[in-house]
Amino acid sequence: MKATLTSCLCLALGLTATPALANRVFVSNEKGNDVTVLDSNTLEVIGTYPVGTRPRGITISPDGKELYVCASDDDLVRVFNPETMEEMHTLPSGPDPELFVLHPSGNPLYIANEDDNLVTVVDVKTHQVLAEIPVGVEPEGMGVSPDGKVVINTSETTNMAHFINSETFEIFANVLVDSRPRFAQFTADGSKLYVSAEIGGTVSVIDPATQEITKKITFEIPGVLPEAIQPVGVRTTQDGKRVFVALGPANRVAVIDGETDEVLEYLLVGQRVWQMAFTPDEKYLFTTNGNSNDVSIIDVATLKVVKSVPVGQQPWGVVVAPN
Amino acid sequence: MINRIIILLAGLAVATPVFAQTADPASPPAAAQKQAQMIRAAVLRVDRPGLLPISRLDLPPQDLGFAGARLAIDDNATTGRFMGQEFEALEVAATPETAEGEMEKLLAQGIPFVVVLADDAMTLRLTDLAKDRAIVLNAGARGDDLRGKDCRFNVLHAAPSHAMLADGLAQFLMWKKWPRWFLVKGSHPEDENLAEAYRRAARKFGAEIVEERTFEDTGGARRTDSGHVQVQQQMPVFTQRAPDYDVMITADEAGIFAAYMPYQTWDARLVAGSAGLVPRSWHPAFEAWGGVQFQNRFEKLANRSMRDEDYQTWLALRMIGEAATRAQTADPDKLKEFMLSDRFEVAGFKGQKLTMRDWDHQLRQPILLATGALVASVSPQDQYLHQSSALDTLGIDRPETECKF
Repeated sequence: MKATLTSCLCLALGLTATPALANRVFVSNEKGNDVTVLDSNTLEVIGTYPVGTRPRGITISPDGKELYVCASDDDLVRVFNPETMEEMHTLPSGPDPELFVLHPSGNPLYIANEDDNLVTVVDVKTHQVLAEIPVGVEPEGMGVSPDGKVVINTSETTNMAHFINSETFEIFANVLVDSRPRFAQFTADGSKLYVSAEIGGTVSVIDPATQEITKKITFEIPGVLPEAIQPVGVRTTQDGKRVFVALGPANRVAVIDGETDEVLEYLLVGQRVWQMAFTPDEKYLFTTNGNSNDVSIIDVATLKVVKSVPVGQQPWGVVVAPN
Repeated sequence: MINRIIILLAGLAVATPVFAQTADPASPPAAAQKQAQMIRAAVLRVDRPGLLPISRLDLPPQDLGFAGARLAIDDNATTGRFMGQEFEALEVAATPETAEGEMEKLLAQGIPFVVVLADDAMTLRLTDLAKDRAIVLNAGARGDDLRGKDCRFNVLHAAPSHAMLADGLAQFLMWKKWPRWFLVKGSHPEDENLAEAYRRAARKFGAEIVEERTFEDTGGARRTDSGHVQVQQQMPVFTQRAPDYDVMITADEAGIFAAYMPYQTWDARLVAGSAGLVPRSWHPAFEAWGGVQFQNRFEKLANRSMRDEDYQTWLALRMIGEAATRAQTADPDKLKEFMLSDRFEVAGFKGQKLTMRDWDHQLRQPILLATGALVASVSPQDQYLHQSSALDTLGIDRPETECKF
């Protein structure tokens, strides 16, 4: 994902003169076994395509030519041509791949194997497994630093963020966070790492240099049971000024000031919101709402939810093509 | 029967070559370099001789509870290798005659945590035997007295109580607007305890028990070559001429009759409680909140699906593991203190953190309402609010507890 964002920055800078540029938005539907493709300009559904069994994590290569989908129940990663949505090949992933992150250079792919307490590293060109890294119980969240040197894995039952050297595949630090960490996201400048804890109900802000937790962001929404506030997906704007946190069954996305790490407001979206993705120009943020079978589209500048679009059954992940 | 299950760091390293490569002196897990702390526990299961379950599908597996313990020790050990902690759980299966002797042996070995799977009376006896020598984690007994007038400071309850289970079902039935209940209870003392939990739930949530009957256990074999024939004759006769009711609630802790009731009642009515829609701590079909991967891990390890007793034993040992991780200690007293503090929370694949009630040492937890093949709902229902935790709408709340430590 970071790869997408970084490469998108260059593109967005070059193309700001053409605001009508449309990008394809890919939403994995966990129960529908397919991907819904939307147009980021018209916000309409272009089509729905089968992608294998129980698709969850989804990402795209920096050049926009390969779409990767974790087909969890098929125990592999399926690779599609984003234009035609035809399957090009598959990648070995280890059992039950859930989430993954692509190195900013576009290779390799770091995959969390939820059932096997491993992170599998796969070369997307040779299709070879480069390493299997033992981590904590139920690995899920995967993040990579903007310089590509550090890969983060979060383990949901061990409750840690594991810091992995992206070249030697060695764990060099473990940070204990709150219960059920789901997602790890670096800021674009690499100065901060956000790790969400679904059951703990918090987002830990970690200094990647010292691997110390500098702050824990908590959430409080009038009229919403505290138990329903379950942070999952986290996205930060390129300038680091805004952080968005998907709050699961609270049906809201929290907007956070990226400098103070204080919550600014909560945006009402669809039901059980988990993952999010920006368009390359950061005009829109798409959210997947698993229980209402739709995506909500947030206007990032005005912080308004401008539209919701029905997609497939139990939308899980989302990625926007860089071009 | 005693089996030892110990996951050692060395064993892990050998089994995973990539990890072995990373274990050079400069690289973490650095905790491996220093002396690891060992956190010891035991699981003591007391098997009461008795009749087989009504359904063959409910026959107890040999490793009931123990399989849950093995998964918990695996989970704890995986986390422990990053923390410099090792975990073990001895597995002991006893009879009512040998249980106290086995407990004495565990205490003599200095085991500080004993997970007990037994009925109410035996759990109380074993708890009193342990006194201040060990902390008992109750993973089996559901009686409310154990959390009430018979409560003990050295026991923590991972198993939900009758009151929690009854309240969980009651909330759902009231949400369905099915408030008129026909309560049928068995003739054993534990059936009466469960029936009392349903009477209490009816008062608490505004349901009406329109009639109560007792199904006498007259003994006899469970297996007959004529199968269903007598059941089809007897159950309608037993249930006829009841006042108009919405749901039949069965209170059959002894497992004598409830499973016969669905589809055999005189009136066309639903059955809930000990059969039909059953409130329980776990169900092998449950998929939400990460349940799929938890079920997968268990089934890979045990070659069968997970039962309530396995879940409760897993939960009890995970409570110890989670406390050890957070409090960063192996000291049993400090771990217990931490588990009872407001800083303690454990994730149990039920969509929210599970915490401990300080007034009776009961672990708060959502209750699953399951049919044979699926989970139909999870309580607490959203409509039931509480000033401190929605989970405290289930079971005995602070102002009503009879427990005095």
